[in-house]
Amino acid sequence: MATTETNDPLLQEITGPTPAQMLRKRVFGHQGLLIGAGVLGVLLFVAIFAPLLAPHDPYAQSLMSRMEPPVFLGGSWEHPLGTDHLGRDYLSRLIYGARVSLMIGAIAALISGVIGTAMGVAAGYFGGRVDMVVTFLINVRLAMPVVLVALAVVAILGGSLQVVIVVLGLLLWDRFAVVMRASTLQVRGREYVAAARAIGASTPRVILSEIMPNIANNLIVVVTLEMAHAILLEAALSFLGLGVQPPTPSWGLMVSEGKNMMLFEPWMVLIPGAVLFLLVLAINLMGDGLRDVTAPENRS
Amino acid sequence: MLIFIAKRLGLAIVVAFTVSFISFTLLFLAGDPAAALAGETASGEDIEAIRKLYGFDRPMLVQYLDWLLSAVQGDFGESYYFRLPVSSLIVERLSVTMTLGVCGITFALLTAVPLGVAAAIRPNSLIDRMALFLSVAGQAMPSFWFGLILIVIFAIQLGWLPPSGASSPMHFIMPTIVLGYYAMPAIMRLTRAGMLEVLSSEYIRTARAKGASEGRVLFRHALRNAIIPVVSLAAVQMGFMLGGSIVVESIFALHGAGYLAWESIARNDLPTVQALILVFSMFYIVFTFLADVLNAWLDPRMRSS
Amino acid sequence: MSKPLLSVRNLTIDIPVGSGTLHAVRGIDFDLDRGETLCIVGESGSGKSLTSLAVMGLLGNNIRRSADQLEFDGTDLTTASPRTMRALRGGRMSMIFQEPMTSLNPAYTIGDQLVEALLLHKPVGRKAARARAVELLEKVGITAAESRLSQYPHQLSGGLRQRVMIAMALMCEPELIIADEPTTALDVTIQAQILRLLYDLGREMNMAMILITHDLGVVARVADKVAVMYAGELVETGPAAEVFNTPSHPYTRGLLRCIPLPGKTERGSELGTIPGIVPSLVGDVHGCAFRTRCPYAEAACQDTIPMHGDDSHEFRCIHADGKRHAEEEVPA
Repeated sequence: MATTETNDPLLQEITGPTPAQMLRKRVFGHQGLLIGAGVLGVLLFVAIFAPLLAPHDPYAQSLMSRMEPPVFLGGSWEHPLGTDHLGRDYLSRLIYGARVSLMIGAIAALISGVIGTAMGVAAGYFGGRVDMVVTFLINVRLAMPVVLVALAVVAILGGSLQVVIVVLGLLLWDRFAVVMRASTLQVRGREYVAAARAIGASTPRVILSEIMPNIANNLIVVVTLEMAHAILLEAALSFLGLGVQPPTPSWGLMVSEGKNMMLFEPWMVLIPGAVLFLLVLAINLMGDGLRDVTAPENRS
Repeated sequence: MLIFIAKRLGLAIVVAFTVSFISFTLLFLAGDPAAALAGETASGEDIEAIRKLYGFDRPMLVQYLDWLLSAVQGDFGESYYFRLPVSSLIVERLSVTMTLGVCGITFALLTAVPLGVAAAIRPNSLIDRMALFLSVAGQAMPSFWFGLILIVIFAIQLGWLPPSGASSPMHFIMPTIVLGYYAMPAIMRLTRAGMLEVLSSEYIRTARAKGASEGRVLFRHALRNAIIPVVSLAAVQMGFMLGGSIVVESIFALHGAGYLAWESIARNDLPTVQALILVFSMFYIVFTFLADVLNAWLDPRMRSS
Repeated sequence: MSKPLLSVRNLTIDIPVGSGTLHAVRGIDFDLDRGETLCIVGESGSGKSLTSLAVMGLLGNNIRRSADQLEFDGTDLTTASPRTMRALRGGRMSMIFQEPMTSLNPAYTIGDQLVEALLLHKPVGRKAARARAVELLEKVGITAAESRLSQYPHQLSGGLRQRVMIAMALMCEPELIIADEPTTALDVTIQAQILRLLYDLGREMNMAMILITHDLGVVARVADKVAVMYAGELVETGPAAEVFNTPSHPYTRGLLRCIPLPGKTERGSELGTIPGIVPSLVGDVHGCAFRTRCPYAEAACQDTIPMHGDDSHEFRCIHADGKRHAEEEVPA
């Protein structure tokens, strides 16, 4: 008799793990999430402690030691990843480049996140005309070719780091708006929102303390995806020579500079591109992982 | 159905006008066209003269309406650099970009749909994991870097393909792959998800109960339903791809509209840039419109409503 | 009668689940002759649907089926090739599912789907197939049959869709038709019409029918034979009249107490319920599955219990008469 008792699904549900335990189990059972977070953590560490980790000044030119190959292609340990066409240490430029990429990704995602979330939540919460206007704006934004518009505006305003960040931030809010609108619509109809309104909570209060916490998981996923998007776009703009300007060590710019030497020194293109790929891959893996572990359908 | 198309068309037109206004304003606020036109060595008086001559001193709204009125008639003004009508410049370059776009989306569909179907038939199998890996890696791959790697391998090392230019079909192979892979992950994921959902539905069991073969079940009964959202995604991706062709065209030196945009931005050729932004937007608007109509036509539930 | 049309011996279905194996169906035996109607009754999750899907060979890839014998008109279904199974399915044995709303493909017209059922098995032209489709649609009571052919499933009501499903199952004049709770998703008034139709058509075409239901009222009216399932096991089987008149397994009696039957239930008496829940079937399952809810359970109920009774009417209980007499003395 006892065997049939303990196998009972109802009993298991009652004595099962707590939500926190289950979340922990899912997080540590998700390879992609762990790998992504690990790689991102390392790159973040490198970016923060760049001055301590870089063996050389990333801007210091040395005409005597130009285009030295990396150590695995017969170079010296003085410049483990070689030097570029101006004799600057490649490793140091890569390390400082992590700062540029992560900063652009984080701040651009922050700006677009604030814009897109405000629009999406307003549309989802108020509905009606507000929703119509926001949906229309999303349509307009999607119709504008991002690369082209960003290139044109950055070219006209001048390609400083700040300009690139602000332009990307102002362009990439569409996915935030779409996802936040849908999430808010879903949450708005729930009983606890109605309950909060019934006890007389003000609109800002309902949004901040009832809606926001319940759509936060979706927001975090979009933040990671848009961060990756912004990093890739900055690299593309800089590669086209119309983004971040030299001598700033941007990975996209490094690929662009290496392109001229590609015939003889393909590593000059391969190394910065590979690091860029790795960073974006790590962020995407983390985003996908977060979506998997927080998805409501996984909560069984 | 007709009401739906009419509504959708109305929206497309309003969006098109709004985009044209924003792109005009953006460039109007951002730069001084007179200075750009006069060149770097011009004096202040020269610039003033040019400003008057071209009417840049008029209020912005007047200039916009003026520009728009000509634009709807196909006249986008004259390129500052080429001294030629912008419209003929763009038309001349569009064939390369359109060829590239069509090849790209075809490549993406031909690889992503079979992969997505295969992954859905055997979830968690080797092929499913491989497809997932490809889509995750594909999303993270910077397209300019991917293009350069292809050039290093296939043009420089192996010498199989020409590295740049557009004079033969061979020239389009690498650009097609680079542009197409951009749309692949999304199409593959949607195909996989759609097939998984459809394959677990009751009407698939009905088809099997009728004695239909596995191939017939998969392609005639399942894929026909799962492909509906993929079609509209592909059209949207096509719109995005044309806008993204600027990177690919610059890597492979394909002299299409994207390349023209890149050159014109670098040369401060504002009328050309303005016109190109509008043209690429129109492509997106037209493609998404067609996607919605096609979607409604493919889905009997929407067709008859 | 000679050999039965369908013969099932010791049918077992296992489903691997996260924590072990779910023994969903254990040791089912039954025979079905041509033109005979067998009703399988039992509550949700008792394995009725799985049993019928196993006969059709439509269980999912991860579900394991085994049987000492699973024979359809001399064809051994356990060893039949996929090609043989496909030829049987839809051709000589058809199935009607529970959900008419979702069982038709939304992308094709009713006509396409009906015609396909015939063309897959018979060497006839499209025109002849369409004529057959119209004929059957009329037979299942659909008016303006000709014009229905070009309609899509979403344009039809649930009742009409189920009629279409029945017509589709009959396209090839199958010898066996399996109906898995064909009316549960429909309105009560439509339920009776559909069942009536199915029953009349079965008689008319001399089809064997397996009707899966939990509606004992229906069983009493249409069944030749009844098989009662509980938690994956056959607990009682026999001719319908005998099972209804002398229900021998305590579970069957519990089930009968839950529904009012004309002539059996006295006016003003209370309907019964069976207390308790169905045990989990994951892991090692042995003995009588009903013992956790049975008022007559004893220690011996944990052992393997053979079927007993006379030739046709059998039940699985350690008590000689399933304690039927005990209940008759003290009415519940």
